[in-house]
Amino acid sequence: MSMAALFFYLFAGVAVASAFMVISSKNPVHSVLFLILAFVNAAGLFVLMGAEFLAMILVVVYVGAVAVLFMFVTMMLDVDFAELRDGFLQYLPIGALVGLIVLVELVLVVGTWGVGGAPHTVVAKAPIPTDVTNAEALGRVLYTDHLLLFQAAGLVLLTAMIGAIVLTLRERRVGVKRQDIAAQVARSPATAIEVVKVRPGQGLSETGV
Amino acid sequence: MAIALGHYLTVAAILFTLGVLGIFLNRKNVIVILMSIELILLGVNINLVAFSTHIGDLKGQVFALFVLTVAAAEAAIGLAILVVYFRNRGTIAVEDINRMKG
Repeated sequence: MSMAALFFYLFAGVAVASAFMVISSKNPVHSVLFLILAFVNAAGLFVLMGAEFLAMILVVVYVGAVAVLFMFVTMMLDVDFAELRDGFLQYLPIGALVGLIVLVELVLVVGTWGVGGAPHTVVAKAPIPTDVTNAEALGRVLYTDHLLLFQAAGLVLLTAMIGAIVLTLRERRVGVKRQDIAAQVARSPATAIEVVKVRPGQGLSETGV
Repeated sequence: MAIALGHYLTVAAILFTLGVLGIFLNRKNVIVILMSIELILLGVNINLVAFSTHIGDLKGQVFALFVLTVAAAEAAIGLAILVVYFRNRGTIAVEDINRMKG
Protein backbone atom coordinates (compact mmCIF):
# COMPACT_ATOMS: atom_id res chain seq x y z
CA MET A 1 0.00 0.00 0.00
CA SER A 2 1.47 3.29 -1.03
CA MET A 3 1.86 6.30 1.21
CA ALA A 4 -0.96 8.18 -0.54
CA ALA A 5 -3.35 5.27 -0.06
CA LEU A 6 -2.40 5.05 3.62
CA PHE A 7 -3.12 8.73 4.15
CA PHE A 8 -6.33 8.48 2.16
CA TYR A 9 -7.67 5.75 4.40
CA LEU A 10 -6.50 7.63 7.50
CA PHE A 11 -8.21 10.88 6.49
CA ALA A 12 -11.32 9.20 5.14
CA GLY A 13 -11.73 6.95 8.18
CA VAL A 14 -11.30 9.75 10.69
CA ALA A 15 -13.58 12.05 8.69
CA VAL A 16 -16.38 9.50 8.52
CA ALA A 17 -16.00 8.49 12.16
CA SER A 18 -16.05 12.09 13.37
CA ALA A 19 -19.03 12.86 11.12
CA PHE A 20 -20.83 10.00 12.82
CA MET A 21 -19.90 11.42 16.21
CA VAL A 22 -21.23 14.84 15.15
CA ILE A 23 -24.73 13.51 14.72
CA SER A 24 -24.69 11.07 17.63
CA SER A 25 -22.86 12.73 20.52
CA LYS A 26 -24.88 13.81 23.52
CA ASN A 27 -23.23 17.19 24.06
CA PRO A 28 -23.45 19.74 21.21
CA VAL A 29 -20.05 21.15 22.20
CA HIS A 30 -18.57 17.73 21.46
CA SER A 31 -20.50 17.78 18.18
CA VAL A 32 -18.81 21.05 17.22
CA LEU A 33 -15.39 19.68 18.11
CA PHE A 34 -15.99 16.55 16.03
CA LEU A 35 -17.20 18.79 13.19
CA ILE A 36 -13.85 20.60 13.33
CA LEU A 37 -12.08 17.22 13.19
CA ALA A 38 -14.17 16.18 10.18
CA PHE A 39 -13.34 19.42 8.36
CA VAL A 40 -9.62 19.13 9.05
CA ASN A 41 -9.59 15.59 7.69
CA ALA A 42 -11.59 16.66 4.65
CA ALA A 43 -8.92 19.32 4.10
CA GLY A 44 -6.39 16.48 4.17
CA LEU A 45 -8.40 14.69 1.49
CA PHE A 46 -8.39 17.90 -0.59
CA VAL A 47 -4.61 18.06 -0.33
CA LEU A 48 -4.39 14.44 -1.46
CA MET A 49 -6.56 15.29 -4.45
CA GLY A 50 -4.34 18.21 -5.35
CA ALA A 51 -6.60 21.11 -4.40
CA GLU A 52 -4.31 22.76 -1.86
CA PHE A 53 -5.95 26.18 -1.98
CA LEU A 54 -9.40 24.82 -1.22
CA ALA A 55 -7.94 22.74 1.61
CA MET A 56 -6.45 25.83 3.22
CA ILE A 57 -9.69 27.76 2.65
CA LEU A 58 -11.56 24.92 4.30
CA VAL A 59 -9.32 25.12 7.35
CA VAL A 60 -9.42 28.91 7.54
CA VAL A 61 -13.11 29.47 6.82
CA TYR A 62 -14.67 26.43 8.41
CA VAL A 63 -12.41 25.62 11.32
CA GLY A 64 -11.46 29.23 11.96
CA ALA A 65 -14.78 30.95 11.47
CA VAL A 66 -17.86 28.77 11.06
CA ALA A 67 -17.00 26.16 13.69
CA VAL A 68 -16.02 28.86 16.17
CA LEU A 69 -19.33 30.59 15.45
CA PHE A 70 -21.13 27.33 16.17
CA MET A 71 -19.10 26.98 19.37
CA PHE A 72 -20.03 30.49 20.52
CA VAL A 73 -23.73 30.00 19.90
CA THR A 74 -23.76 26.55 21.49
CA MET A 75 -22.11 27.75 24.66
CA MET A 76 -23.96 31.07 24.78
CA LEU A 77 -27.47 29.64 24.67
CA ASP A 78 -28.57 28.39 28.04
CA VAL A 79 -30.40 25.31 26.80
CA ASP A 80 -31.01 22.03 28.52
CA PHE A 81 -29.58 19.84 25.81
CA ALA A 82 -30.49 16.62 27.59
CA GLU A 83 -34.14 17.53 27.23
CA LEU A 84 -33.68 18.07 23.50
CA ARG A 85 -32.50 14.51 23.10
CA ASP A 86 -35.61 12.91 24.51
CA GLY A 87 -36.98 11.64 21.21
CA PHE A 88 -33.56 10.82 19.78
CA LEU A 89 -34.23 7.17 19.07
CA GLN A 90 -37.84 7.81 18.13
CA TYR A 91 -36.84 8.83 14.63
CA LEU A 92 -34.05 6.28 14.27
CA PRO A 93 -36.03 3.78 12.12
CA ILE A 94 -37.27 6.33 9.59
CA GLY A 95 -33.93 8.15 9.64
CA ALA A 96 -31.98 4.93 9.12
CA LEU A 97 -34.35 3.94 6.31
CA VAL A 98 -33.95 7.25 4.47
CA GLY A 99 -30.19 7.27 5.08
CA LEU A 100 -29.87 3.71 3.82
CA ILE A 101 -31.88 4.50 0.67
CA VAL A 102 -29.77 7.59 -0.05
CA LEU A 103 -26.53 5.70 0.54
CA VAL A 104 -27.56 2.74 -1.63
CA GLU A 105 -28.61 5.07 -4.43
CA LEU A 106 -25.37 7.02 -4.27
CA VAL A 107 -23.27 3.84 -4.20
CA LEU A 108 -25.24 2.45 -7.13
CA VAL A 109 -24.57 5.62 -9.09
CA VAL A 110 -20.86 5.48 -8.28
CA GLY A 111 -20.69 1.75 -8.96
CA THR A 112 -22.50 1.65 -12.27
CA TRP A 113 -21.12 4.89 -13.66
CA GLY A 114 -18.04 3.81 -15.57
CA VAL A 115 -15.14 5.20 -13.56
CA GLY A 116 -12.22 5.91 -15.85
CA GLY A 117 -14.13 5.86 -19.11
CA ALA A 118 -15.72 9.26 -18.82
CA PRO A 119 -12.80 11.73 -18.76
CA HIS A 120 -11.70 10.95 -22.32
CA THR A 121 -15.01 12.18 -23.64
CA VAL A 122 -14.93 15.39 -21.62
CA VAL A 123 -12.91 18.35 -22.81
CA ALA A 124 -11.71 20.46 -19.92
CA LYS A 125 -12.83 24.06 -20.25
CA ALA A 126 -10.15 25.25 -17.85
CA PRO A 127 -7.44 22.60 -17.78
CA ILE A 128 -5.33 22.46 -14.65
CA PRO A 129 -1.90 23.89 -15.50
CA THR A 130 1.13 22.02 -14.26
CA ASP A 131 3.65 24.86 -14.13
CA VAL A 132 1.93 27.10 -11.55
CA THR A 133 0.61 26.45 -8.09
CA ASN A 134 -2.97 25.52 -7.44
CA ALA A 135 -3.79 28.87 -5.85
CA GLU A 136 -2.38 30.81 -8.81
CA ALA A 137 -4.21 28.66 -11.35
CA LEU A 138 -7.45 29.00 -9.42
CA GLY A 139 -6.98 32.76 -9.18
CA ARG A 140 -6.41 33.05 -12.93
CA VAL A 141 -9.64 31.20 -13.70
CA LEU A 142 -11.60 32.95 -10.97
CA TYR A 143 -10.55 36.50 -11.80
CA THR A 144 -10.74 36.24 -15.58
CA ASP A 145 -13.64 33.93 -16.37
CA HIS A 146 -15.80 34.26 -13.27
CA LEU A 147 -15.32 37.85 -12.16
CA LEU A 148 -19.04 38.63 -11.96
CA LEU A 149 -19.76 35.46 -10.02
CA PHE A 150 -16.93 36.34 -7.67
CA GLN A 151 -18.47 39.76 -7.03
CA ALA A 152 -21.86 38.14 -6.54
CA ALA A 153 -20.34 35.82 -3.93
CA GLY A 154 -19.02 38.89 -2.17
CA LEU A 155 -22.50 40.41 -2.23
CA VAL A 156 -23.91 37.21 -0.73
CA LEU A 157 -21.42 37.47 2.11
CA LEU A 158 -22.22 41.17 2.59
CA THR A 159 -25.92 40.38 2.72
CA ALA A 160 -25.30 37.64 5.26
CA MET A 161 -23.21 39.99 7.40
CA ILE A 162 -25.80 42.78 7.36
CA GLY A 163 -28.61 40.30 7.94
CA ALA A 164 -26.91 38.72 10.94
CA ILE A 165 -26.20 42.14 12.46
CA VAL A 166 -29.75 43.39 11.87
CA LEU A 167 -31.23 40.22 13.32
CA THR A 168 -29.21 40.09 16.49
CA LEU A 169 -28.73 43.81 17.28
CA ARG A 170 -31.14 44.94 19.94
CA GLU A 171 -31.75 48.29 21.57
CA ARG A 172 -31.25 48.28 25.31
CA ARG A 173 -33.41 51.06 26.69
CA VAL A 174 -33.02 50.56 30.41
CA GLY A 175 -29.77 51.47 32.11
CA VAL A 176 -27.95 52.69 29.03
CA LYS A 177 -26.84 56.34 28.77
CA ARG A 178 -26.52 57.63 25.26
CA GLN A 179 -25.42 60.99 23.92
CA ASP A 180 -28.34 63.23 22.93
CA ILE A 181 -26.82 65.86 20.70
CA ALA A 182 -30.04 67.89 20.26
CA ALA A 183 -30.44 68.21 24.01
CA GLN A 184 -26.81 69.27 24.35
CA VAL A 185 -27.06 71.95 21.67
CA ALA A 186 -30.34 73.27 23.06
CA ARG A 187 -28.81 74.02 26.44
CA SER A 188 -28.68 77.69 27.39
CA PRO A 189 -27.06 79.45 30.37
CA ALA A 190 -30.49 79.69 31.97
CA THR A 191 -30.88 75.93 32.10
CA ALA A 192 -27.25 75.07 32.62
CA ILE A 193 -26.20 77.44 35.39
CA GLU A 194 -27.80 77.95 38.71
CA VAL A 195 -26.72 80.92 40.80
CA VAL A 196 -26.95 80.37 44.51
CA LYS A 197 -26.38 83.04 47.06
CA VAL A 198 -24.57 81.59 50.03
CA ARG A 199 -24.83 83.59 53.19
CA PRO A 200 -21.73 83.77 55.32
CA GLY A 201 -21.68 81.13 57.99
CA GLN A 202 -24.11 78.82 56.19
CA GLY A 203 -23.28 75.79 54.17
CA LEU A 204 -24.71 74.93 50.81
CA SER A 205 -26.89 72.27 52.32
CA GLU A 206 -28.80 74.80 54.38
CA THR A 207 -29.75 76.85 51.36
CA GLY A 208 -31.68 73.98 49.96
CA VAL A 209 -29.46 73.09 47.05
CA MET B 1 -3.01 0.46 -5.07
CA ALA B 2 -3.86 3.85 -6.40
CA ILE B 3 -6.68 5.89 -4.95
CA ALA B 4 -9.25 6.23 -7.71
CA LEU B 5 -12.12 8.61 -8.15
CA GLY B 6 -14.56 6.07 -6.77
CA HIS B 7 -12.90 6.10 -3.35
CA TYR B 8 -13.42 9.83 -2.94
CA LEU B 9 -16.98 9.59 -4.22
CA THR B 10 -17.69 6.88 -1.67
CA VAL B 11 -16.37 9.03 1.18
CA ALA B 12 -18.48 11.95 -0.08
CA ALA B 13 -21.55 9.71 -0.30
CA ILE B 14 -21.04 8.47 3.27
CA LEU B 15 -20.64 12.02 4.59
CA PHE B 16 -23.76 13.13 2.71
CA THR B 17 -25.74 10.22 4.11
CA LEU B 18 -24.54 10.89 7.65
CA GLY B 19 -25.70 14.48 7.25
CA VAL B 20 -29.17 13.41 6.12
CA LEU B 21 -29.34 10.89 8.96
CA GLY B 22 -28.31 13.60 11.43
CA ILE B 23 -31.21 15.81 10.34
CA PHE B 24 -33.61 12.94 11.02
CA LEU B 25 -32.08 11.88 14.34
CA ASN B 26 -31.76 15.31 15.95
CA ARG B 27 -35.25 16.50 15.20
CA LYS B 28 -35.29 18.79 18.22
CA ASN B 29 -31.87 20.36 18.23
CA VAL B 30 -31.45 23.10 15.62
CA ILE B 31 -27.73 23.47 16.23
CA VAL B 32 -27.02 19.84 15.32
CA ILE B 33 -29.32 20.17 12.29
CA LEU B 34 -27.23 23.12 11.08
CA MET B 35 -24.09 21.06 11.63
CA SER B 36 -25.64 18.23 9.61
CA ILE B 37 -26.25 20.66 6.76
CA GLU B 38 -22.58 21.61 6.94
CA LEU B 39 -21.69 17.90 6.67
CA ILE B 40 -23.91 17.57 3.59
CA LEU B 41 -22.23 20.56 1.95
CA LEU B 42 -18.82 19.08 2.82
CA GLY B 43 -19.78 15.89 1.01
CA VAL B 44 -20.87 17.93 -2.01
CA ASN B 45 -17.57 19.81 -1.97
CA ILE B 46 -15.55 16.59 -1.86
CA ASN B 47 -17.56 15.39 -4.85
CA LEU B 48 -16.90 18.59 -6.80
CA VAL B 49 -13.18 18.62 -6.07
CA ALA B 50 -12.81 14.90 -6.81
CA PHE B 51 -14.40 15.30 -10.24
CA SER B 52 -12.44 18.50 -10.85
CA THR B 53 -9.06 16.89 -10.24
CA HIS B 54 -10.03 13.69 -12.00
CA ILE B 55 -11.20 15.37 -15.19
CA GLY B 56 -8.49 18.01 -14.96
CA ASP B 57 -10.82 20.99 -15.06
CA LEU B 58 -10.41 23.83 -12.60
CA LYS B 59 -14.01 24.98 -12.87
CA GLY B 60 -15.09 22.36 -10.37
CA GLN B 61 -12.83 23.89 -7.76
CA VAL B 62 -14.21 27.35 -8.54
CA PHE B 63 -17.69 25.96 -8.00
CA ALA B 64 -16.60 24.39 -4.71
CA LEU B 65 -15.31 27.81 -3.65
CA PHE B 66 -18.74 29.33 -4.28
CA VAL B 67 -20.41 26.50 -2.38
CA LEU B 68 -18.10 27.29 0.53
CA THR B 69 -19.12 30.95 0.36
CA VAL B 70 -22.81 30.17 0.41
CA ALA B 71 -22.33 27.64 3.22
CA ALA B 72 -20.56 30.23 5.38
CA ALA B 73 -23.31 32.79 4.75
CA GLU B 74 -25.99 30.23 5.49
CA ALA B 75 -24.35 29.24 8.78
CA ALA B 76 -24.10 32.88 9.87
CA ILE B 77 -27.74 33.68 9.04
CA GLY B 78 -29.01 30.41 10.51
CA LEU B 79 -27.22 30.96 13.79
CA ALA B 80 -28.44 34.57 13.94
CA ILE B 81 -32.03 33.41 13.49
CA LEU B 82 -31.41 30.78 16.15
CA VAL B 83 -30.15 33.38 18.63
CA VAL B 84 -33.14 35.66 17.97
CA TYR B 85 -35.53 32.74 18.34
CA PHE B 86 -33.95 31.66 21.60
CA ARG B 87 -34.15 35.23 22.90
CA ASN B 88 -37.87 35.39 22.18
CA ARG B 89 -38.96 31.91 23.18
CA GLY B 90 -36.33 30.60 25.59
CA THR B 91 -35.97 27.31 23.72
CA ILE B 92 -34.54 26.03 20.47
CA ALA B 93 -36.78 22.99 20.08
CA VAL B 94 -37.69 22.67 16.42
CA GLU B 95 -41.10 21.19 17.13
CA ASP B 96 -42.22 24.42 18.78
CA ILE B 97 -41.45 26.48 15.71
CA ASN B 98 -44.92 26.63 14.21
CA ARG B 99 -45.68 30.28 14.72
CA MET B 100 -45.19 31.10 11.10
CA LYS B 101 -48.29 29.11 10.22
CA GLY B 102 -50.83 31.71 9.25
